[in-house]
Amino acid sequence: MIRIFQIAFRNLMRYKRRTLLTSLLITLGLLMVILFSGLAGSFKAMMVGQITDSNLAQMQIHKKGYVSSIDTMPLNLTLDSKGYKNVEKILKENPDVQAYAPRIKLSAMLSNFTETTNVRLNAIDPEKEIEVCPNVGERMKFSSQVPDILLKSGEIIIPEKLAAGMKIKIGDSVVLVANNKDGSVNGLNFTVAGIIESILGPQGKEGYMHIKDAQSLLRMEKPEVIEIALRIKKFDKLDMVYTDLKSSLAKFINKKGRPAFEIHTWDELSPFSNIARMIDFMTITMKLIMIAIVLISILNVMMMSVYERVREIGTMSAIGTAPGKIMGLFLAEGLSLGLISALAGNIIGVFGIYILNIYKIRFAFGRMDNLLLSPTISFFELVWVSAIVLLVSVFASLQPAYKASKMEPVDALGHV
Amino acid sequence: MALVQIENVSKTYQTGEVQVKALLDVNLSIDEASFVAFVGPSGSGKTTMLNLIGCLDKPTKGKVFVCEEQVDAFDRRQRAAFRGSTLGFIFQAFNLFPVLTTYENVEYPLVMIKNESMSKRKEMVAKVLESVGMLDQKYKFPDQLSGGQKQRVAVARALVTRPKLVMADEPTANLDKKSAVNVIRLMRTMRDEFKTTFIFSTHDPGVMEEAEVIHTLEDGKLLDPKNSPTFVQEEKK
Repeated sequence: MIRIFQIAFRNLMRYKRRTLLTSLLITLGLLMVILFSGLAGSFKAMMVGQITDSNLAQMQIHKKGYVSSIDTMPLNLTLDSKGYKNVEKILKENPDVQAYAPRIKLSAMLSNFTETTNVRLNAIDPEKEIEVCPNVGERMKFSSQVPDILLKSGEIIIPEKLAAGMKIKIGDSVVLVANNKDGSVNGLNFTVAGIIESILGPQGKEGYMHIKDAQSLLRMEKPEVIEIALRIKKFDKLDMVYTDLKSSLAKFINKKGRPAFEIHTWDELSPFSNIARMIDFMTITMKLIMIAIVLISILNVMMMSVYERVREIGTMSAIGTAPGKIMGLFLAEGLSLGLISALAGNIIGVFGIYILNIYKIRFAFGRMDNLLLSPTISFFELVWVSAIVLLVSVFASLQPAYKASKMEPVDALGHV
Repeated sequence: MALVQIENVSKTYQTGEVQVKALLDVNLSIDEASFVAFVGPSGSGKTTMLNLIGCLDKPTKGKVFVCEEQVDAFDRRQRAAFRGSTLGFIFQAFNLFPVLTTYENVEYPLVMIKNESMSKRKEMVAKVLESVGMLDQKYKFPDQLSGGQKQRVAVARALVTRPKLVMADEPTANLDKKSAVNVIRLMRTMRDEFKTTFIFSTHDPGVMEEAEVIHTLEDGKLLDPKNSPTFVQEEKK
């Protein structure tokens, strides 16, 4: 086996320029995949982090049917105290759940005493919310630095475009008027404690108020919540925890005999999931391009190699080399070319990632204008793309190698 | 039974719509450890004859026995295995592998065909290289050798597996007269040393003189030695 690879390597070195050019092409393809995977993966992880840690949370639990009618922000699809406690019990029992926070989502009329407009609000328990969305404060602008508690009872944080349009400043008084679920109207005064930037998605343009204020404004006689946002200990276990929680919640049945609750992961709630899928699709496309490069270049080199060495193949066959070994020699040649290129691509790719981490790429995302992109690539990803290169190298060599092994020595020796 | 027995062998090639009769009802036997030359003009069937004995090709008609095996009945894989175990080949254009050194070229059949151990390979290669006088050139690549030296290496490669029979198609055609005679003499010495039968083709009268048995082919037919323009040198044997 060692001798077969030794002969294969020397045959590659026989045509140094051709081997170098082909290897360079494959190396560049692999380098592109590694850098793109590193950058795109890092961008995706950062964006998912921003969305889940500053707005949506990683998962949300609602009363069944709420998400499908989320645009109208219905107030009749709430979790009462009993329902909330049932969910709370399941969340406390699950060791993978790190934190959870109750929320009420409502639509109200906001007035600055001269103008009135519609506003969507997210009513939160500030202490619990910060555990579920630790970066939510980074989207907010306060009169001074970020306070220990995001907002107190009687305070409101309003969306920045609404604040700009209505010329509302931090510290101003505003009035919120809202319909409760029975249709009666109630209004309360609030002080603007901060301004929040918009973020991608329907839930990204909401103001914030205290959950107790929302319960008063909506005249809820007993505490009710619309959604429970939650955060898990390890994000890569998201699908597993989701499945566990979904099956645990499924045992609660409503009066119609259907599940009482519904649970969604962030990607079912945010349009960014489409962008994330697009990033994954582009990464796969890059890998397909790389496969095409490897396939075509190695197939080309190996076909040329067979055509140039017909007499040599005839000699091998004439002196008794088994067809399988002749095939093995050419497969080893293709595999060696793929291996050399994969090694070079990995080394240059990892070095490129290292350089990109030294000279970090900065970009802005909403109010966060100094985000640093730190591309990373896992060892598993490197092994995976290298394995693709090697497999495709062997696959591309199969036809020429088979052709070589099937040559009749008498014809091959007479080849001019 | 003779080492090589050819019975009523004919070989016809189809070239487009034209049929070329390369050999016609040839009967022949070759004894063990003999030094045989096939002679004749171009197109007389010398190479076809060597290809049939060397299991590189199959006859259209007739039977070919080599070492008591009916080789014309072998399939492709069996022929390859038989060539590797029983036959050796020397080619007109030397056909050494350019990426291998002298030593590695000679070692090639032991590694790729015989799967011999490294220690045995070393011993066998050294012995045969010494016999052909190329041991001091063992690290050189073919492009660093002269034509005569290349053919010596080819002889060593053909002999290293200790075959019963070595086939050489025009082994001296690419050599100058002196080198040609030297190579043929080397082959005969090797025959004496290893008791291997050598069959070669040539149209060089100088080389013919070195053969012990000469078979003359003309238009695919084997001529009777009595009517042959050449002669049988039985006395040299």
